[in-house]
Amino acid sequence: MQYLFLLYADEKGWDQMTADQRKQGEASYTAYTNALREAKIYLGSNRLRPVGDATTVTMQTGQSRVLDGPYADTKEQLGGYYLVDLPDLDSAIAWANRCPGAHHGTIEVRPVWTM
Amino acid sequence: MGEATFRDAHRTAEAIARHSYGKLVAYLAARNRDVAAAEDALSDAFAAALVEWPRSGCPQKPEAWLLTVARRRLIDGTRRRIAGEQVADDVRDIVAASGCAEESEIPDQRLALMFACTHPSIDVAIRAPLMLQTVLGLDAARIASAFLVSPTTMGKRLVRAKEKIRSAGIPMQIPTRDELPARLADVLDAIYAAYAEGWNDHAATDTPRRQLADEALFLGHILVELAFDEPESLGLLALMLHIEARRRARRSAAGEYVPFDEQDPACWDAVMISAAETLLRRAAELGVMGRYQIEAALQSAHVHRRRCGVANWDDVVNLYDALLRFSPSPVVAINRALAIGECDGASAALAAMPDAAQDGRLIEYQPYWAARASLLARTGAHADAHHAYEMAIGLESDPAVRAFLQRRLRRIQM
Repeated sequence: MQYLFLLYADEKGWDQMTADQRKQGEASYTAYTNALREAKIYLGSNRLRPVGDATTVTMQTGQSRVLDGPYADTKEQLGGYYLVDLPDLDSAIAWANRCPGAHHGTIEVRPVWTM
Repeated sequence: MGEATFRDAHRTAEAIARHSYGKLVAYLAARNRDVAAAEDALSDAFAAALVEWPRSGCPQKPEAWLLTVARRRLIDGTRRRIAGEQVADDVRDIVAASGCAEESEIPDQRLALMFACTHPSIDVAIRAPLMLQTVLGLDAARIASAFLVSPTTMGKRLVRAKEKIRSAGIPMQIPTRDELPARLADVLDAIYAAYAEGWNDHAATDTPRRQLADEALFLGHILVELAFDEPESLGLLALMLHIEARRRARRSAAGEYVPFDEQDPACWDAVMISAAETLLRRAAELGVMGRYQIEAALQSAHVHRRRCGVANWDDVVNLYDALLRFSPSPVVAINRALAIGECDGASAALAAMPDAAQDGRLIEYQPYWAARASLLARTGAHADAHHAYEMAIGLESDPAVRAFLQRRLRRIQM
């Protein structure tokens, strides 16, 4: 089954880090990504630019409405994702636990809708 | 068809439905985690059995017969759902898995099913109902009336939970050793929640809820059968048996509420108590303490005191101390305070009571006021006791308990 890990964390945490801490943080994500590849369960991942760079678009009212900022203003923001292929939810939870994002934020584990 | 054959077929089908339902559902659902499809296929198989068995006699291996029919339904369902090449693979898998013709070879995966039903990603409130349905085959209407929600609501919640097992990929397997204690605790909590729902004073006159206690006991027995070397499984069953043993003694012939210390030990079910004691000893031999074992040990201590007339309140306080460490809750703190009252007097007990100023939930909690009322009455603080009794009476919904508290209140007014 495919699962998407949505990584939520307070973006301000990154701003407050020293250059050294940032380097360390990046290294831990790289190590995690490599471990996923090594285990042959990695399908994809990306880090997202801060919500300040977000634009929200909807056509629900019949005409295009474009707004500056994220869909929802929350204390923790979506900052990245991993797409992985795993046999079941327990193995997904085990891998989400290992993700560095779980230590400074929260990970939402979502099964991908199979058609 | 002969009347005898017909009755025989029905009796066999009923016995299997009662004792093997969960085993058959777990087996059918294990492959693709589709509990709802497994239940549907199994109920089709039962329906077919009730037509076929009276006509041609009960098969030698009725469980295997049911599984074969149910599996055929599942394959048909799978065919309909999946298109293309995958069908052939799926069908081959299912046929390969159907090799076990001997009943004794049908693997018992009910424990794995219990773990799936109580998975942390399943809503806590639906875990007990889900287990009652998938493991014991109770229908949504019966579960709904026991849990005091509408059958439609319960039905929808159960469907949603089963859908989640399938679509979120909740595995049907026994957790690994390091995860086991926490996950087993969830299974135990769900069984005890079902038992507690069926066990309170309303339940004495309320058939669906009283039957729920029996079903929870049945789940407890299954769990012990499947996980017999888990001390907490043994502890939970011992606890439920101890409480169940005193069910009849909690009401007088006139339907009045009888508190524990005024019950007649001769009315207790001695067989259940002795079974509970055996389970508790077996748990103790395994050497890992836990919440349910301590709660069962407390029941055991109370029963021992009443039967032998030997005051053992120091032991009881020690057990409550231990219980507080495992599950710190105001309920435990209140009972501990009452036990202290028996050792060191009512003033010491009042000092040991949890403080409603610290925990606002206590204000609406009947046992808090009932405990305070009886302790205050003993210290002679009649005005405060009066207020506490009125609070307890106002918060109680069971008429028999309310009447009991009113009798106590009148006693201090004289």
